[in-house]
Amino acid sequence: MGKLIKIIFLGVLNVVFIWTALFLYSSQAYWVLLLLLLGAALVNFVFISEKAYPYRYLLPATFFMVLLVVYPIVYTVYISLTNYGTGNILSKEQAVAQLQERSILDTEAGNYAYQAYRDGQGQLHFVFTSPGGELFLGYAGGLTPVQEGDPRLVELEGFTELTRADLVRATNEISALSFSLDEGRQLRMRNINSFGVYRQQYEYYPERDELLDLETGTTYRSVQGYFQAPDGTRLTPGFREVIGFQNFRKLFTNPQVTGPFLRVFVWTIQWALLSVGCTFAVGLFLALLLNDPHLRFRRFYRSVLILPYAVPAFISALIWRGLFHTELGVINQILKATIGSGVPWLQDPVWAKVALVILNLWLGFPYMMIVCLGALQSINSEMYEAAVVDGASTWQQFYHITLPLLMVSVAPLLIASFSFNFNNFSVIYLLTRGRPPIVNAQTPAGHTDILISYTYRLAFESGRGVDYGLASAVTLVIFLITGAITFLNFRFTGALEEVRKNV
Amino acid sequence: MYRKHSFFRALWRHAVLLFFVVFALFPILWVISASFNPANTLVGQRLIPSNPSLDNYREIFTSEQYPIALWIKNSVVIGLITSTLVVILTAFAAYAFSRFRFKGRRTGLFASLLIQVFPQMLAAVSIYLLVLSIGRLVPALGINTHAGLIMVYLGGAMGVNAWLMKGYFDTIPSSLEESAMIDGASPFQAFYMIILPLARPILAVIFLLQFIGTYSELILASVLISSSEKYTLAVGLQLFIHDQYASRWGVFAAASVLGALPIVLLFMFLQKYLVTGLTTGAVKG
Repeated sequence: MGKLIKIIFLGVLNVVFIWTALFLYSSQAYWVLLLLLLGAALVNFVFISEKAYPYRYLLPATFFMVLLVVYPIVYTVYISLTNYGTGNILSKEQAVAQLQERSILDTEAGNYAYQAYRDGQGQLHFVFTSPGGELFLGYAGGLTPVQEGDPRLVELEGFTELTRADLVRATNEISALSFSLDEGRQLRMRNINSFGVYRQQYEYYPERDELLDLETGTTYRSVQGYFQAPDGTRLTPGFREVIGFQNFRKLFTNPQVTGPFLRVFVWTIQWALLSVGCTFAVGLFLALLLNDPHLRFRRFYRSVLILPYAVPAFISALIWRGLFHTELGVINQILKATIGSGVPWLQDPVWAKVALVILNLWLGFPYMMIVCLGALQSINSEMYEAAVVDGASTWQQFYHITLPLLMVSVAPLLIASFSFNFNNFSVIYLLTRGRPPIVNAQTPAGHTDILISYTYRLAFESGRGVDYGLASAVTLVIFLITGAITFLNFRFTGALEEVRKNV
Repeated sequence: MYRKHSFFRALWRHAVLLFFVVFALFPILWVISASFNPANTLVGQRLIPSNPSLDNYREIFTSEQYPIALWIKNSVVIGLITSTLVVILTAFAAYAFSRFRFKGRRTGLFASLLIQVFPQMLAAVSIYLLVLSIGRLVPALGINTHAGLIMVYLGGAMGVNAWLMKGYFDTIPSSLEESAMIDGASPFQAFYMIILPLARPILAVIFLLQFIGTYSELILASVLISSSEKYTLAVGLQLFIHDQYASRWGVFAAASVLGALPIVLLFMFLQKYLVTGLTTGAVKG
């Protein structure tokens, strides 16, 4: 029975593989096809060989991890070494093709007058008159010289001639047409009255990797994602190219990028520390109060104080944005009623930071409170009795017994909370969007931006165009920092030792 | 450490606790009140609305321009599917790590620990480009599809979850399966019929944490989903309210109340499991 299920399962899987393989083959994605075949072979091996039995359980999760975590990391490293971004989106082939399609008007060749006709099928036919008076019949991209009285011209009289109003209406249709005059020269609509002679502007020489301007004779060489003339003029569009460590160099040496980056960096650290510090202080304080067995209404307090934790953070952040609203928000209403003036919560750099910390305190203190309550309950009460006998004050008991014992179990969670807030995108993005902006910054950076929201704006939201390359470089910096923190935490919790022991 | 208190000591404690009760409750009550206030604006709101109505809630279900009810449904469906699949994938992986000894086991455990160092959302650019090219081959998994988004979330299945679950499996004595296998059960049957039922608490924790995380996830959802009727609530709600507090506050409040409901319910339902899960080191996403 089990065998039968296995055979059917593997059979279905292989049908899917074959179907995908055929599809990939027909769409000429040979590299992906190769990977698929290797993967299919691996899957079959794992499910047929008895020796590979344990891997059957690991295969599905590993597949998704490799495809959606490991591969994107590798790709991020690659992008950080390129100039990928606005102006350099296309591949080199695409950019060359676009440039080669560009044409310039040959003013010396003069204007060609024309009449346009539409036949029964709706196709357009043209009769062009060159500046020298020669006649050409234009149809479907081709030009045929004709003499006056040619039967083909007579035939046109059976079609509908386009009036001037028709021409205006069909401008888009007509201006998309081009008729090949001779080698490298084409007739194209110039204005409503006439066609002009256009010729190709740029020619690409792959063996020299150069682009020649056929009009001026300037040679453009491929330099860092652009075709560049000797005087430094660049042609657009540029293309995607590996530029080495330039993004990192820009991040650390270009003053207009480094300045904002460092400010964002410093605030990210402050933000993470403040968040952990405030939530932990309040959470611990409340836990100490609630842990007192003599306190009345303990259960009530506990279940109410935990409520902010049950509301999804993205909703809470948006609600608080309403509460902090400078003109209409209830917080400023209360302040105006009591002390006479409100506070520019989201417009002033300092107050915006205060608002963020208050919001994160609200979001985070219940978590710290639960965690501390759990830890406090596990502390043996005999230790306090001994301390009381020795004459220790309440504060001494807290400082010498409670805090050290608490830290053993809570410290790893504080570190985890630090690295969580280090990358706490939602709260920043939803409350302030990183605003107010830092003036004179070359990149879109705000006073309350943390590294991750800064990266997001670099990559997806900048009004000045996106810069995937720089965004990926910042990502890798974040990765290194978060990695170091997490590693520290592993040492604390002994997770690494656990793996080494091979439990 | 705690003595019986005098009246005044008790008084300041209650004063402090009540201050935090107000701090915790005020935003929630304020929003619930706004959701029943037909004025639909921040201007002049009171804690107890003078003429409560359900207009704002009606708007959520009827507005064609902002289909908020649909966004909530999208979020719930995506959250349920993702969490279910993640729990399944994780359970399989954790079982292998816990019960078998094989080549690459330690490397695999290390990898599952290290992979969480790199938050998936950081690689949003790469993931966007990856999904774009997957979409060219299999349109159903491409940009702007729920299936594609769920697929991306599955990448995170292996991280800290597998580690937590393996830890729990380790505490279940293997003699239980061994006796089942003597009776002729295959390892898969032992896993399915003995381990999984015993591991229900950890399955619930992983499910809940994953559901909350997926439900609130903002970056990947906003990068990958582009059309209004496919938004998740996290993406749609912030676009809906952004800088429109003066004119959309009431509807937003109603949407917040309804949108928070699935998580609050799940939270209350699984709270006893959650506290164990939390103390083992997971932070809310």
